[in-house]
Amino acid sequence: MTLPRRSLLAAAPALVASALAAPRAARAQAGAGRVVIIGGGFGGASAARFARDRFPQLDVTLIERSRSFTTCPYGNLVLAGRRDMASITFGYERLAARGVRVVHQAAVAVDAQAKRVRLADGAQVPYDKLIVSPGIDLRWGAIEGYDEAASARMPHGWIPSLQPISLLAAQLRAMPDGGVFVMVIPDNPFRCPPGPYERISMVAEYLKRHKPRSKIIALDAKNGFSKQPLFQDAWAELYPGMVEWRGASNDGRVVRVRPAEMEVETEFGDRVKGDVINVIPPQMAASIAREAGLAAASGWCPIRPTTFESAQVPDIHVLGDATVAAPMPKSGFAASSHAKHAVACIAAALSGRPAPPAVFFNTCYSHVGDDYGISIVGVFRGTPERIIEVEGAGGISPRNEVLGARAREFRRLEALYADGWYDAITNEMFS
Amino acid sequence: MRLAASVLTLGLLAAAPAPAQAPDAALLAGACQGCHGVAGEGGHGIPSIKQQQTRAEFVAAMRAFRGNERPNTVMGRITRGYTDAEIAALAAHFAKPE
Repeated sequence: MTLPRRSLLAAAPALVASALAAPRAARAQAGAGRVVIIGGGFGGASAARFARDRFPQLDVTLIERSRSFTTCPYGNLVLAGRRDMASITFGYERLAARGVRVVHQAAVAVDAQAKRVRLADGAQVPYDKLIVSPGIDLRWGAIEGYDEAASARMPHGWIPSLQPISLLAAQLRAMPDGGVFVMVIPDNPFRCPPGPYERISMVAEYLKRHKPRSKIIALDAKNGFSKQPLFQDAWAELYPGMVEWRGASNDGRVVRVRPAEMEVETEFGDRVKGDVINVIPPQMAASIAREAGLAAASGWCPIRPTTFESAQVPDIHVLGDATVAAPMPKSGFAASSHAKHAVACIAAALSGRPAPPAVFFNTCYSHVGDDYGISIVGVFRGTPERIIEVEGAGGISPRNEVLGARAREFRRLEALYADGWYDAITNEMFS
Repeated sequence: MRLAASVLTLGLLAAAPAPAQAPDAALLAGACQGCHGVAGEGGHGIPSIKQQQTRAEFVAAMRAFRGNERPNTVMGRITRGYTDAEIAALAAHFAKPE
C-alpha cells in the first residue's frame, strides 16, 4: 500500500500534507513505520537512501530547507581553483525518485510528546521514529567581535548553506602577491578535524602558483591536530617558508577580531594583520537539535553508542557532526556510518528485533598538493558506555620518510583515491 | 580509548569467540561502499569489488591486507579492524554468487 502512495507523492508534492495525515491503518506491513529525517546532508541523505534501499516497509520523509546541497568536503579545492561550485553541489531529485518524500521546508520545532515535527509553513509531520542530522551552528561571539556581520569581512567558509566557500575564494583571488592569509582555527571538538589544515594546503597551492611571495599564518587554539606529521611534512616539502602554524602554547589562540582593521588578537595580546582573514570559530549542534532538547550543556548531542538514539529524548536518533561521538571525528563519512546504523536500529525496533552490532567506520582523505594526498582511517565499535576505536587498526598513512622510494606513488594514489571517495559517497547520496 | 582485541591483531588462525549476534553485512559494507561505490563498482583507480572474486579469494585478499602481505594504501589499516566473521560476511555480500 505504501508504494503507490509514495510514488504518487513524488509526482505531486502538493499532496504531501494530506498524505502525511493518512491513518496508520494504511500501513499494515510488518515493521512498518514513519521515519522522518531532519537534515539532508551526509547523515540525513545517507539515512534516506539506505532506508529506501533496504527497508521498503519504512515510510521515509526527508525535511531539508534547501533545494541543493553543497558539500563542505572539497570546498577547499574550490579555494585552490581546482573545482567549481557546481561540481560540489547536488540536488535531491534522485532521492525523491527513489521514493523518499522530500519536503523543502525548514523544521522549526519537534514535539517529542506528540511525536511530530513542525515546519516553517506551519505544517505538522508525524513520526514513529525521528532522525535528526542537523549539522552545526557557529558560536557567534565566542571570539569577541566575530558575529555574522564580521563574517562577511572575515569569512568562515565552514557551513556552505550559510556562506559559500566562493566568498573566501573571491577574497583570495583579490589578495595581492606578497599578502598575508591569516587562518583562525578552533579547539576541539569541531567539524572536520583535518579540514583547516587541508585548507592551509590548498591555499598554499594556489599562492605558490599565482602569488608566490605571499604567506599563510595559522593561529590555532590547540597544540596538535589531525594528521599533523603528514601535513607538516607536505608543507615543508611543497611550500617551504610559506606556512607558519602557531599552536596554543605558542600564543596561537585568538580571542578577539577587529574586522575594520583586518586584525585579530591572541590570548596574550599579539595583534596579527591579514590581507585575507579566515576565521573558523567554535561550533555547536545546529539550533533545531538544541531547541528539541537533544543537546547537553556542551552544545553537542549525547547519543547511545549502540544505536545513536538520543540519550535525552526517546524515539529520536541524532547523527553526524551534532553528536558527541568521539573518538569518531565529525566527518561526512562518519555521519554516513552513523546513518546506516541508526536506520537499521530503527527498522529492528519497529519489528521487535534486537539492534544490530554497532560497528562504525571512517576514512578522511585530505588533498595537500598536486597529486599529493594523505589519509586517516578508523574502525569503531559501540558499547553501552562509549564508542571505542579498534586497537591495531586505522591510523594515518605512513610518512614519506618511512615510504622511501614508494612515497611519490603512495601520495599520488591517496590523492586519486580521495577523488574516488568523494564520487562514491556523493553518488550514493544523490545519484 | 582503544578496544583490546587480540583476535584482530594476528587472529587469522583461531576463530573469534562467538559474538552475541551475527554480523550485519549490509551495515559493514558501508565501510567499503564509501570508496568502492554503493555496488562496489570502484572508480578513480579504486578497484571494483563487485562480484570480482569468489568468497574464498575475497577472504584471502582481506587477510593478506591485514597481514600487510599485499601492497596497499588504506586496506591494511581498514582490514585490521574487522573480525574473521565480519570479513566472511563481507565476502558473501560482495563476492561472486555461490
